[in-house]
Amino acid sequence: MVEHRPLSDFIAYAILTLGVFIVAFPVWLALVASTHDAATVVGGHMPATPGTHTLENYYRAIFVGGSRTSREPVANMLINSFVSAIGIAIGKIFISILSAYAVVYFRFPFRKTAFWIIFITLMLPVEVRIYPTYKVVADLKMLDTYAGLILPLIASATGTLLFRQFFMTVPDELLEASRIDGAGPFRFFWDTLLPLSVTTMAALFVIQFLYGWNQYLWPLLITTQDSMQTIVIGIKKMLVATDELAEWQLAMATAVLAMLPPVAVVIFMQRLFVRGLVQTEK
Amino acid sequence: MEKSTVFNNRLLPYLLLLPQLVITVVFFYWPASQAVWQSFLREDAFGLVSEFVGLENYQALFAQPEYYKSMLTTAIFSTLVAALSLSIALLFATQADKSLKAAPAYKTLMIWPYAVAPAVAGVLWFFMFQPSLGMLARPLRGMGIDWNPLLNANHALLLVVMAAVWKQISYNFLFFLAGLQSIPKSVIEAGAIDGARPMRRFWTIVFPLLSPTTFFLLVVNIVYVFFDTFGIIDAVTGGGPAGATTTMVYKVYADGRLGGDLGGSAAQSVVLMVIVIALTAIQFRYVERKVQY
Repeated sequence: MVEHRPLSDFIAYAILTLGVFIVAFPVWLALVASTHDAATVVGGHMPATPGTHTLENYYRAIFVGGSRTSREPVANMLINSFVSAIGIAIGKIFISILSAYAVVYFRFPFRKTAFWIIFITLMLPVEVRIYPTYKVVADLKMLDTYAGLILPLIASATGTLLFRQFFMTVPDELLEASRIDGAGPFRFFWDTLLPLSVTTMAALFVIQFLYGWNQYLWPLLITTQDSMQTIVIGIKKMLVATDELAEWQLAMATAVLAMLPPVAVVIFMQRLFVRGLVQTEK
Repeated sequence: MEKSTVFNNRLLPYLLLLPQLVITVVFFYWPASQAVWQSFLREDAFGLVSEFVGLENYQALFAQPEYYKSMLTTAIFSTLVAALSLSIALLFATQADKSLKAAPAYKTLMIWPYAVAPAVAGVLWFFMFQPSLGMLARPLRGMGIDWNPLLNANHALLLVVMAAVWKQISYNFLFFLAGLQSIPKSVIEAGAIDGARPMRRFWTIVFPLLSPTTFFLLVVNIVYVFFDTFGIIDAVTGGGPAGATTTMVYKVYADGRLGGDLGGSAAQSVVLMVIVIALTAIQFRYVERKVQY
């Protein structure tokens, strides 16, 4: 800032360190709990440092599953989470880049109408139309399928708007030059527009991956078999048993596993993440 | 703004639009219109016969004390979460903006809770404050507080608020920091030359210039509390005790799951849709105009 005062710097460091501590503390406790045996965690006197049951807990969580409520191994849940999160991200990029291309680079009757039909979906998240959507998916025999987990969640306009905005900034001369070279709509899209859109696509992928991975209400409704549940649902089901009986050490190991992929994405792809967040205003 | 050069194909644009339009119609317009239609119907107990009852479902809904209670809970919950997460995030962002060398590192350390699923955040906080084994519940009990979010309505709401705030700070921090960094330093220097102390500069120069960001975040936070906190509530309290943490969205879910009242649940969905559309409209008006207050 304007004047440089050591005291003010010190206060800033102190406040930020406190902030980092608040942000990290719950996760640290989960990490610690995932390394102790059941008795230590449930006893109410868990130490604040890691224990010695790490391998045992993670092995049981990943390959065996809990013994009381959800018996599904976490490895399966991780696969389900990965498939649906990546499916949502890729599916959304695919449908929205095509529709944005149509809206920006073509003139045709009902162009504005098509745009508005897509645009309005921005306003209503899946939570407000949850049961009717459930019924549609049930009628289409998509309960307990990846299609049922993925398709209803990609029906929204964020991606289309993002690509439309980006295509608008692409200079017109590029299209003129390609047309002089004899390129049709396919060539132009594939050779010129797609390579230019890579960063936008990556940013959207990061945001949509997080969105898909962290879904809760929708997978909770449409997965009835344990073999189809995602990891976020799995943790909750492990804790359904009365609290004294719940296997907290396994639930916490699962929680840590559930946080790892999305947190890794945010930390290692921070630039893309921030870009996607600001552009989609999600 | 429109492109001056375009392609002239007749059929191709429709083919390109087809995947998105099909998915939007099947999974968005059809269910949304079903919700509106069902809100005017009453089904018998077996779901076999339904008759048109006009506004009866809405009348029944607004005659329910529980519905007003869920509205009140939603209002209290949104106010607390928005106020707390915005002010805490603003505090952290202003400190990080003091051109500290370590600011980028702090930024990385602050933003990752955005990646934690709401339901997982709920589980983490419940684990800390679970009455019998929670690490932070024991000191509370030691101080003589009969801490029990499973039985005490205020404790339950407080716990849900804390988890929701914890998760939202990172998002607000990121946008506040970007907003702060975009304020020209010359304005602040001018204030300093005029003799304004840092606190005064913040409230009379920085804060007003930040108001577009604050307003945008306020709307986003309210929408967040409405919808994304479902996972937190379900993981921490399941809407209880005695409906103390049942927000409007949670009530749509809970009423419909019990299976009985589809018409009533649909009417609730429609009320929610109206609220969200109003919120979004406010947000877009603001985005369109880019008002500086």
